[in-house]
Amino acid sequence: MGFNLIGLIKAAVLNGAPLLFGTSGEILTEKSGNMNLGVEGMMYMGGAFGLAGAFLYGNAMGDAANGFVAVIIALVCSFLAGAFGALIFSFLTISLRANQNVTGLALTIFGTGVGQFVGELMRIKVGGNVTVSNALKDAFANSIFPQAMQDIPIIGQLLFSYNPFVYLGLIMAVVMAWFLNKTRKGLYLRAVGENPATADSAGINIEKYKYIATIVGGGISAIGGMVYTMTIAGSVWNHSALSGEGWVAVALVIFCLWKPLNSLWGSVLFGGLLILYLRLPIAFIPTQIYKVVPYIATVVVLILVSLRQRKEDQPPAALGLAYFREER
Amino acid sequence: MEHAVEFKNITKRFGSVTANNAVNLYLDRGVIMSLLGENGSGKTTLMNMLAGIYFPDEGQIFVDGQPVTIASPKDAFDHGIGMIHQHFMLVDVFTAAENVALGLEDGKYDLKAVAEKVKEISDKYGFGIDPNKKVYDMSVSEKQTVEIIKVLYRGADILILDEPTAVLTPQETDNLFKIMRNMKADGKAIIIITHKLNEVMDVSDVVAVLRKGEHIATVRTNETTADALTEMMVGRAVKLNIDRLDPVNPQPRLTIAGLTCRDSEGVKKLDDVGFIAFGGEILGIAGIAGSGQKELLEAIAGLRHIDEGSIIYSPEGKNPEELVGKTPMEIKDAGVSLAFVPEDRLGMGLVGGMGMTENMMLRSWNKGKGIFVDRKEPEALAEEVYKFLEVVTPSIDYPVRKLSGGNVQKVLVGREIASSPSVLMSAYAVRGLDINTSYIIYNLMAGQKAKGVAVIFVGEDLDVLLQLCDKILVLCDGKVSGLVDARTTTKEEIGLLMTSVGGKE
Repeated sequence: MGFNLIGLIKAAVLNGAPLLFGTSGEILTEKSGNMNLGVEGMMYMGGAFGLAGAFLYGNAMGDAANGFVAVIIALVCSFLAGAFGALIFSFLTISLRANQNVTGLALTIFGTGVGQFVGELMRIKVGGNVTVSNALKDAFANSIFPQAMQDIPIIGQLLFSYNPFVYLGLIMAVVMAWFLNKTRKGLYLRAVGENPATADSAGINIEKYKYIATIVGGGISAIGGMVYTMTIAGSVWNHSALSGEGWVAVALVIFCLWKPLNSLWGSVLFGGLLILYLRLPIAFIPTQIYKVVPYIATVVVLILVSLRQRKEDQPPAALGLAYFREER
Repeated sequence: MEHAVEFKNITKRFGSVTANNAVNLYLDRGVIMSLLGENGSGKTTLMNMLAGIYFPDEGQIFVDGQPVTIASPKDAFDHGIGMIHQHFMLVDVFTAAENVALGLEDGKYDLKAVAEKVKEISDKYGFGIDPNKKVYDMSVSEKQTVEIIKVLYRGADILILDEPTAVLTPQETDNLFKIMRNMKADGKAIIIITHKLNEVMDVSDVVAVLRKGEHIATVRTNETTADALTEMMVGRAVKLNIDRLDPVNPQPRLTIAGLTCRDSEGVKKLDDVGFIAFGGEILGIAGIAGSGQKELLEAIAGLRHIDEGSIIYSPEGKNPEELVGKTPMEIKDAGVSLAFVPEDRLGMGLVGGMGMTENMMLRSWNKGKGIFVDRKEPEALAEEVYKFLEVVTPSIDYPVRKLSGGNVQKVLVGREIASSPSVLMSAYAVRGLDINTSYIIYNLMAGQKAKGVAVIFVGEDLDVLLQLCDKILVLCDGKVSGLVDARTTTKEEIGLLMTSVGGKE
């Protein structure tokens, strides 16, 4: 038996998908100069509400439930849950100019709590595992490509065997990169994050850009939580399954140097590192060591980047700072 | 003809402070107007209202005779008003063209077209700007040029320049004035905010003077004098000269040889710098921003690692000693004092949240008995600085961060002088200060010199260096470019030395 490379890559991609959403959302947020450390909380809310949406839909429709509709409902529910969390964050930090770090940590605590509450509430009501029917599970977890394509040797498994969220995430990251680098609105958004005073004097509505980027970013991050719950955790509510996922996403933002395209391979790498202890166990290395590898990789990247000193690789210059026009 | 811009009874308050009080002012096309006033006289506030950064509390602004509401920078653009801010409003990681494209709302988003038009404007006025160059790769004057292109691109015909020459070399300043005259000939109305009277006399057609938020007068430049303007500005006659006495018995105080420092990336910031600072003399240090001035002072004060070289300190009546290798505390105790005023004024030397007394204690915190600090002495010192330098503050325990820039600097420089050093180093001591306060500080320096102190004065205004100093050391790219006698040299000579070592093209 031994080591199965294709299996490892597949697992890395699957485990990377939630990170891809979590990270891309946070990249969009941070590009506006807002550092929302509440990713963990928003992903929890996304996981709980996404599952709840699909679960309630499945219960209501019974056997008539359509897998595609369930996926859309889960996407919308999780997006709205994360967007709501990000709206709170935006109101506090943009309108009231509260400290972003403190607010972000508070959102993590709040979001984790809300997610746990919703999940546990459902569990108690059902009196057992909260889960959806097998048909719906398949809609979330199975490939969107026909079996024939998946059966192509090697390529079939590597390219066509994934659940819909992997492909959705791919499209989302590419669109985001295009938006940030090729459109006027993207240029404005980057200007807001780099130098709000400059953007303001150019007549750009800072608050609008910050609000929209943070809320949409929060929603995208939360989808990551839903993807994790519905695919990796097997569409079953588990109060600790999502734990830590959001923080890895935050680290990954730095690792990707705030570039959505980097998050494509970065999330696969981190996804792989997260499950390496299952796939490539070495007897004398405890799993805890494996689990810190993503963070070590982030630190290494930070060191390399600071050695190279390229301006393009730096965080948005105004990241984490509140902007007040008439400040003297 | 209607006036290009007219302010009628404009009032702006910040809390209980009235920044502008019932200002009436107008400006015509094809005219360069200087806006003159001390710090806190409301020049920048007034212009910010024209540019849409602030909104007036009372009064009405007219553009071309029509009453207008300028609620945002975008409104200002729409009325053809463009402001070039003192702090550049540019995004560092963007190219010139991307910066220009910010805030443009005309049709399709096409960076290439923007870049072409930038090139066109650049060629028309002789700017020489590459539209695809990143801002972080640009020199200060290039950045300023991009700022000007930004407003010209938007078709602005009313331009406001907020202290544009503060960061330029004399040659760059001349070039800027040439551009301004070109634009004037083009029929544009131009307002320039500046502290430097010689520039006012040089470039402007009319001068408007503000004092304490009120408009005092508008006069034609060719019908007035620098002295008359100063009197209007300050409200009383002010002596605008520095008593430069001949040095009495100058003795070498600091002998620096072969000083070389590298930054954390291994780039030489100081390269084989050597000179002698004499007691009873003021040694001016000139150079383009970032030529090693800061590093030199930090190296002497012991704040920077020295790779090679020696700094011999010869205090009066004591044996010479080597300063390299000593801690900042030992160097300070030996009598070498540093007053550095960074761009943000508070970064080095003062703690913004503390009052004057506590900031004075930063120099004497280790003098108290036992575990307690001595508050009496710093309190007395704070009182002295407060009275002697006329610091405007509600109380000596009021956080210095909330004082105006000039007052913050008085506290900083006053504290350093009060420690009665035998070498006094000051960098940009008058940065952003108005003319009256600046001269108080210059005369403090001259007073220290008369006491036999070796004064090292890093300055930006060459006119002042020429008037104040005995010798001027010019740095270029971390090297000594020349050491000239301040009494006989010219601004042009120093300007050349600043841009190339030895002054050769």
